[in-house]
Amino acid sequence: MEKSSTKKSSAAKTVARKSVAKKSSAKTGASDFYRLRLYIAGQTPNSIAAITNLKKICEEKLKGKYRIEVVDLLVKPQLAKGDQIIAIPTLVRRLPPPVKRIIGNLSKTESVLVGLDLQPAR
Amino acid sequence: MSRVKPKPKVVRTSLAKVPTGIQGLDEITGGGLPKGRVTLVCGRAGSGKSLLGMEFLVHGAVEYGEPGVCMNFEETEEKLTANVASLGFDLRDLTKRKKLLVDYVFIERSQIAETGEYNLDGLFIRLAEAVKAVKAKRVVLDSIEALFSGIVDSAILRSELSRLFRWLEDQKLTAIVTGEAGINTLTRHGLEEYVADCVISLDHRVTEQISTRRLRVVKYRGTSHGTDEYPFLIDEDGISVVPITSLVLTHKALTDRVSTGIASLDEMMEGKGFFRGSSVLVTGTAGTGKSSLAANFTSAVCARGEKCLYFTFEESPSQILRNMRSVGLNLEPWMKKGLLHFNAMRPTSTGLEGHLAVIHRLISQVRPSVVVIDPITNLVSASGSYDIKSMLVRLVDFLKMQQITSMFTNLTFAGDPQERTAAAVSSLMDTWIVLRDSKPNGRPRRELYVLKSRGMAHSREARELIVSKKGLELGIVLKDHLPASAGNVPN
Repeated sequence: MEKSSTKKSSAAKTVARKSVAKKSSAKTGASDFYRLRLYIAGQTPNSIAAITNLKKICEEKLKGKYRIEVVDLLVKPQLAKGDQIIAIPTLVRRLPPPVKRIIGNLSKTESVLVGLDLQPAR
Repeated sequence: MSRVKPKPKVVRTSLAKVPTGIQGLDEITGGGLPKGRVTLVCGRAGSGKSLLGMEFLVHGAVEYGEPGVCMNFEETEEKLTANVASLGFDLRDLTKRKKLLVDYVFIERSQIAETGEYNLDGLFIRLAEAVKAVKAKRVVLDSIEALFSGIVDSAILRSELSRLFRWLEDQKLTAIVTGEAGINTLTRHGLEEYVADCVISLDHRVTEQISTRRLRVVKYRGTSHGTDEYPFLIDEDGISVVPITSLVLTHKALTDRVSTGIASLDEMMEGKGFFRGSSVLVTGTAGTGKSSLAANFTSAVCARGEKCLYFTFEESPSQILRNMRSVGLNLEPWMKKGLLHFNAMRPTSTGLEGHLAVIHRLISQVRPSVVVIDPITNLVSASGSYDIKSMLVRLVDFLKMQQITSMFTNLTFAGDPQERTAAAVSSLMDTWIVLRDSKPNGRPRRELYVLKSRGMAHSREARELIVSKKGLELGIVLKDHLPASAGNVPN
C-alpha cells in the first residue's frame, strides 16, 4: 500500500487501482452498478456476520451488478482515515453516488436496503 | 485506645505529572496534568477548550520533546492550522517534522444508518495509527462529544468511550478530552463519568458588560490543587492563567531597604525608606501629590538601575511625563533606557480579573523590582460585584512572592479621609502614607505623615510636603497636626 493513500486523495487512488473494475462497470452501465466497500477489523463475529449478510443481500437484490471489496483495517489501518471510518463494521456505498455509509453488522436487512436506497424508507 | 501508637509513616509518592507549558496552569496543578491519564476540559462554546488542548500539544512537542496527536471532531486540519497560526503556532512545520499529527474526524449523521451491532474499532485504529506515526505521548480528543450526534446507540457509545479512555491509559498516553458544558452537569453527555483523575472547567462570563474568563480545577485525584476560580487571558501568546492566591503565607520578608526617593521621607522611616518587597499605600484627597510621590519613587528606583512597571488607570503615559516635568522629574530617559515601563489601561476595558491577568503577565515579562499602581481607586469601577479586596490580596501576595516592592495610590475624599476602599485594603499594606490638604491660618498646604509602617520605628509626625519645580521635599514638622485617631485605623 502506498503511503499517499492515507491522504484525502485515497478515494481517487482506489478508483485508479480498480480501473479494471471501472471499465467493466462502464460496459454494464455505471448508474445501476454498486461498488461496495466493507470495512472490518479482524475476523470478529460482527465482521463475519456483516460479510455473510452483505453477500446474501447483494445476491438477492443486486445479482450481477455489484462488487464488494472487504478492507480489514487491522491489515491496512491507514485506510480508515480516507473513508472517515469510526464504527466497525462500516459499509460504504461508493457507487452509485452519493456516497453512503452504513454501520453495523447488517443483520437488520430492511435497514440495509433502506440505507442502500434499494427500498424506500417506511 | 493507645494514643502512643507511633504515627504510620506516610509515604508520599507524588503523582507523575506532565507540564502543559501554559503559563500559570502548571503552577495551580502543581506541575501539570496527570501523566498517562485522561483529563477532561469542559466549558461552553468559545471558552477556550480547544485552545488549551492545542497549547498542551504544541508546548509538548516544542518544549518537552513529547509529540502529540490531535483528533479533532469539529475542525479540519486546514482550519485548525489557520486558527492557531494567529497565536504563533506553526502546525504545518510541526506536522512536517512529525512532532504533531492532526486527524480530522468527520461525522455526518445523515450518512449513517444503523443495521445491527458494531463497535468503534475504526476510531481506535485511526488513533493508534496516528499515535504510532509520530510516537505520540500526548493526545487531545476535541471534542469527542461530537460522536453523540453521529452514533445513535448511546449504550454502545458509552461502553466504547470507557474502553477508549482505558485504552489511552494502557498506552500510557497523557490525554485531554474536551466536552461541551451541560445545563446542570459539567458536560452535556456526562463525560465526567469516565474521567476519574482530573477535570478542569473553563468559563467565560460577562458581568456588567465586562467579560472575564475563568478556570477551575474541579478535581485532581491525588493532588492538592487550588480550588479557586482562576482568571485567565487569551491573547496573542495564547492562554495564561493567573495563579492568584497562594495557599500559605510563605513569602520571605526581606530586610534590605528601598529609598522612597525623598531623603527627608526616608528619614522618617529610620533613615532608610521602605522594606524591599513590601507594599506601600499612598492615600490622599485630590491634588495632594499622590502621583508625584509615586513618580518620585519610580525615578529613584530607575536611577539605581532597577526596573519599574507603572500601571496608570487615569492618565496616559505622556500626560504623566508632562506633569512630572512640572515638578522637576524627567522620567523620559528611564523609559528610553528600558528601565521604566508604563502601562495605561482604561479601568473599564476589562474586568478586575482581566486587569489582574494583564498585570501578572507584564510583571512576568518585564521582571521589575518595583510596581506602581496609580490609582487603585479606579479599579473599583471595574470591579462590579466582585470584591476588590480579594483581587488585591491576590495581587499583593503575588508581588511579595516575587519580592517586588509595590506602591498603590488611592484617592480619598475630603471629609472622609479613611475612605472605605482604603480601609479595606490597608490591612494588606505594610506601609501607609497619608497625604492631605489643610488650610491653617488661611494658607493652603500639603501634609504628609506615615500612618503605619510595619517592622520599623517610623516617625509619627506630620510634615509639610513641598512640591515645587525642584521636586518633592518635606518641610518642618507640623506642631499643629492632629494624628488620626488610632481607633479607626486598622493595622
